[in-house]
Amino acid sequence: MSDWLEIAAWLVFLLPLASFVLIVAFIRPFFIQYADVAGRITIGAIAIAFALALVLFVEVVNNGGRQIGWTGHEWLAVGEFDLSLGIFMDGLTAIMLVVVTGVSLLVQVYSTGYMKDDPGYARYFAYMSFFTASMVGLVVASNVIQLFVFWELVGLSSYLLIGFWYHKPSAAAAAKKAFLVTRLGDFGFLLAIFYLYFNGATFSAAGLNALDIPDIHDAMNMGIIAPGVAMWIALGLFAGAVGKSGQFPLHTWLPDAMEGPTPVSSLIHAATMVAAGVFLVARFFPVFEASEIALNTVAIIGGITAVLAATMGLVMNDVKRVLAYSTVSQLGYMMLALGVGAPGGGIFHLFTHAFFKCLLFMGAGSVSHATGGTFDMRYMGGLRPHMRWTYITFLIGSLSLAGIFPLAGFWSKDEILAFAFGGDGTVSLVVFLLAVIAVFMTAFYMFRALFMVFEGEYKGGADADPDAESHGPSDHPHESPHSMIGPMGVLAVLAVVAGLLASPIIDLGPIPKHWLVHDFLHSDGADFNILIAAGSTVLALAGILLAYLMYLSKQISAERVGSAFRPLYILFSRKFYFDELYEEVVTVRLFYRVVARALDWADRSIVDGAVRLVDQFSRNVGRGIAQAQTGQVQGYGMAVSVGVLAILGAYLLFK
Amino acid sequence: MTAHDLYLLSPELSMVGLATALLLLDLFVARKSLILGLGVVGLIVPLGFTIALWFTIGDDSAAENTGVLAGTLVVDKFALFFKFLFIGAVAVVGLISVDYVQRFERFRTEFFALALYSATGMMLMAATVELITLYISLELSSLPLVALAAFLRDGRSSEGAMKFLVLGGISSAILLYGMVYVFGFTGTTYLDEVAARIGDLSANSDQPFGSYALLLGIALLIAGFGFKITAVPFQMWAPDVYEGSPTPVTAFLSVASKAAGFAIILRVFYVAFPVEELSIEWSAVFAALAALSMTVGNLVAIAQSNIKRLLAYSTIAHGGYLLVGLAAVAARTGGDEVDFGPSGVLFYLAGYAVMNLAAFSVVIAISNHINSDAIKDYAGMAKRAPYLAAALAFALLSLTGIPPTVGFIAKVYVFGAAVNAGLEWLVVVGVINSVISAYYYFSVIKVMYLSSPQSDEPILSRFPIRLAVGVTTVGVLVFGVYPIVLLDIAKAAAQALFS
Repeated sequence: MSDWLEIAAWLVFLLPLASFVLIVAFIRPFFIQYADVAGRITIGAIAIAFALALVLFVEVVNNGGRQIGWTGHEWLAVGEFDLSLGIFMDGLTAIMLVVVTGVSLLVQVYSTGYMKDDPGYARYFAYMSFFTASMVGLVVASNVIQLFVFWELVGLSSYLLIGFWYHKPSAAAAAKKAFLVTRLGDFGFLLAIFYLYFNGATFSAAGLNALDIPDIHDAMNMGIIAPGVAMWIALGLFAGAVGKSGQFPLHTWLPDAMEGPTPVSSLIHAATMVAAGVFLVARFFPVFEASEIALNTVAIIGGITAVLAATMGLVMNDVKRVLAYSTVSQLGYMMLALGVGAPGGGIFHLFTHAFFKCLLFMGAGSVSHATGGTFDMRYMGGLRPHMRWTYITFLIGSLSLAGIFPLAGFWSKDEILAFAFGGDGTVSLVVFLLAVIAVFMTAFYMFRALFMVFEGEYKGGADADPDAESHGPSDHPHESPHSMIGPMGVLAVLAVVAGLLASPIIDLGPIPKHWLVHDFLHSDGADFNILIAAGSTVLALAGILLAYLMYLSKQISAERVGSAFRPLYILFSRKFYFDELYEEVVTVRLFYRVVARALDWADRSIVDGAVRLVDQFSRNVGRGIAQAQTGQVQGYGMAVSVGVLAILGAYLLFK
Repeated sequence: MTAHDLYLLSPELSMVGLATALLLLDLFVARKSLILGLGVVGLIVPLGFTIALWFTIGDDSAAENTGVLAGTLVVDKFALFFKFLFIGAVAVVGLISVDYVQRFERFRTEFFALALYSATGMMLMAATVELITLYISLELSSLPLVALAAFLRDGRSSEGAMKFLVLGGISSAILLYGMVYVFGFTGTTYLDEVAARIGDLSANSDQPFGSYALLLGIALLIAGFGFKITAVPFQMWAPDVYEGSPTPVTAFLSVASKAAGFAIILRVFYVAFPVEELSIEWSAVFAALAALSMTVGNLVAIAQSNIKRLLAYSTIAHGGYLLVGLAAVAARTGGDEVDFGPSGVLFYLAGYAVMNLAAFSVVIAISNHINSDAIKDYAGMAKRAPYLAAALAFALLSLTGIPPTVGFIAKVYVFGAAVNAGLEWLVVVGVINSVISAYYYFSVIKVMYLSSPQSDEPILSRFPIRLAVGVTTVGVLVFGVYPIVLLDIAKAAAQALFS
């Protein structure tokens, strides 16, 4: 039985990969006139993968959320170095598989509507398949090297998708930025792998393999790894997670990644790419647990990110950017949860967030579709009567994100708040306060966006927006096609009910209280605290009320608030000058002018010189030896004789 | 000779039978390409026998039930591994010669029949455990190759074949000399008995190899075998012959003939001279030859403008990488992983076979069309023949040793064995050489992808050639992504050397 299941698990990975290969190798070169087949192939492959993921999920549930053990497949064994590839199937993997394939499936369906008539239709679905396959490969990996390869492939495919409209300079720049900034973090990940490898002796003494993830868990449980060692491994891994999940201070790439097609943003922000960082920390949670410094670092970085990103979300005018900063902020929440020792809560929030954030991005795409291609909220407004379904689903997503009872976001957010509050130590208290501040801001910026987009007067859409890149017909806003509304409806339902899986007070019988966190992920759940729940809801409602007063009833003038807090407003809207800091100070001043100049000199005089030397040397030696190739048989025979004599001579002389 | 002996010899016998049947058919059938196709399909028979033998003989191939013809031949997994390799190589050569034979006015069937005879000789080489049988099977494999090299009957082809014949004669003479000394010292031509006698004789530690006679014998053997595996400085014939020969023959020479050379070297040195002191000394010679072959092959390859000549020098360089595995003898460090080096060589040979045949298949497909082997004529091939160009680029990446190809795994494995045997310096030389080789492999890729094409006419190729390109390319990828199956087979085969 378990053999059959393992094949199913491999298929979840192989099906999207096969779809990618099929599109790239056959459809694009031979049948490009049937490009719409590419979308169907992708949807079909991912739909089957999703079905299999559900089967696996049920099996893991039946197994009590514990790991289903499959031995790895030896891939390469050279002496001491032993590398096995395999599938690590536990509660975390199972739930990630369901989220990744499920969200990806909905996004693909949505894309058939959104990307209709795009000249790169087949290429788009090829990349999407590849993206999904990479992410699945990442979550099932049972070996650190295996995980790292897919980690990088996720980075590569997000690069391809963010820069999908490569003829747009801003898209190309955003893709490059995403690739480079995340690479900084990956360097830490790589160092962590090296560090693990060099500690291999400790592992092999206990009969374990330092690169095998289940073995790493065992080693941590046995306590054979010193806390100091665990700290460096954990911090290295966390550096990778900071890059991928857009945590402070490497968060700058995420909002720019909006340059890709909107469905790509919803996939990146909900299920793939950014979730990878949170997943990584959760996957190696035993390592983090072994070091208090590592855990506190995760908590504090998460808390800072949650608030910092939310402040920037307050002032953005681009609806996708508001959502992007919201994602960064919510990822901060998840990290914060991990840092205070609640991996279950963090993953629970990842789970609910995947649905409502994906939904919100789809809503943004739908709105942009209706207004001819702008994302600037200042040129929208008044869309509610024209786009009933988009409005309702967007409202549900916003309420869920804001954490209003009893939607999904309420339960997962409350779980984290209660856990942080219940934790002991200053760090828990500090991050709890940060999280509470973020609750208020989240509610405010989401309803600011909602009111600006859907209420008031229609302000002209893309035609009015001087910066809009495409100008579709924008004078008559219209509802999007069924292929786009359908997935949004499904996600809206999930954004309402998904929280019940781990609700601390509602017992559904087969799904008892705390089910997902306790029984499935085997993590500690926080007890329900009515004060925190009520308090955070009141805060969220206050945020909504403020947004209402400022943007709908206009009893408070947004302009006057803006000018009263002008320095703050500028600071937020310029994103705390991080881009300037990185691009102008670090890159241009420090890197170009100082480091690059020094390196340039060294390159010209030392490296180039050496290369030229090697080049000339090898060419000349090569030519010289080629000269010996005269074509004369006598010469060749001579060489053979000389060779024999040389062997003999060497022994006679030196032995 | 019993029926069981016939069964043990069935792969070779069916190869000879197939070749002869093709020659006879040639008298009656007018469509020569049909015969060629029949020949390739007919290889299923020897392949089937080889597979059957692989599963019927035990892991410890005890000589008493597998020794054939007075114990001169042995059927063990080591020999069978090479039989697979030769059958596969000759099958690919058959597929890629389908267009090429159109150029010959006569003797089209003889072309493939000769290749089959040569492959039979190689299969016997891999199975032999006795020096005289070894010599005869070596000649059986070489003489058809000389005829094949001359098949184009133009100036270059004839010149190459002539050199091949003369230098092959010289190397045979040297080899025989070496065998004579070994026989004179030990009084036997059976490899296992040679080992036993050397063990019995008290070695004189003042003399290299324990005795001057053995020194002479082993040095001459190395020189004789060095010709076959194109080890520097015994490689001089190779570029001229490779360039002059029909390209399918070049592919066959560079893959099968070289593998056969390594088969007998592994057999002779690991079976006849396994004594610890001795193996450390001969491994030093192989290490030196490895360094020389890698360096000379790669450096000269940089200067080449003809793709066949470039691949010829690349073959020499890869002979060097293979020699690294040969030099990685466990005795050097007293290690217990005795089959690490040899199994690395076997894996490398199989991997090299698929990647080099992939490269040659594409070269044939393209040169059939453009009638040129000049690298500059490959300009813009990515546009004229996207699949062929991609396959060639992939094969060249594999030859460079870049993942996820079989060439990468092969190098990792062979170099890993060398590190285990304490030959770090040789690995450093090998890695530097891999970097140098990237230069000329990539320059071909660059010409194909970045230069503008000389014409827009697409390159068309026939189904058998496309099949060969497809099968070998898939092999490069599959063995590169999931190498463990082939590695296990190579390990099982290498174990046979030590039983």
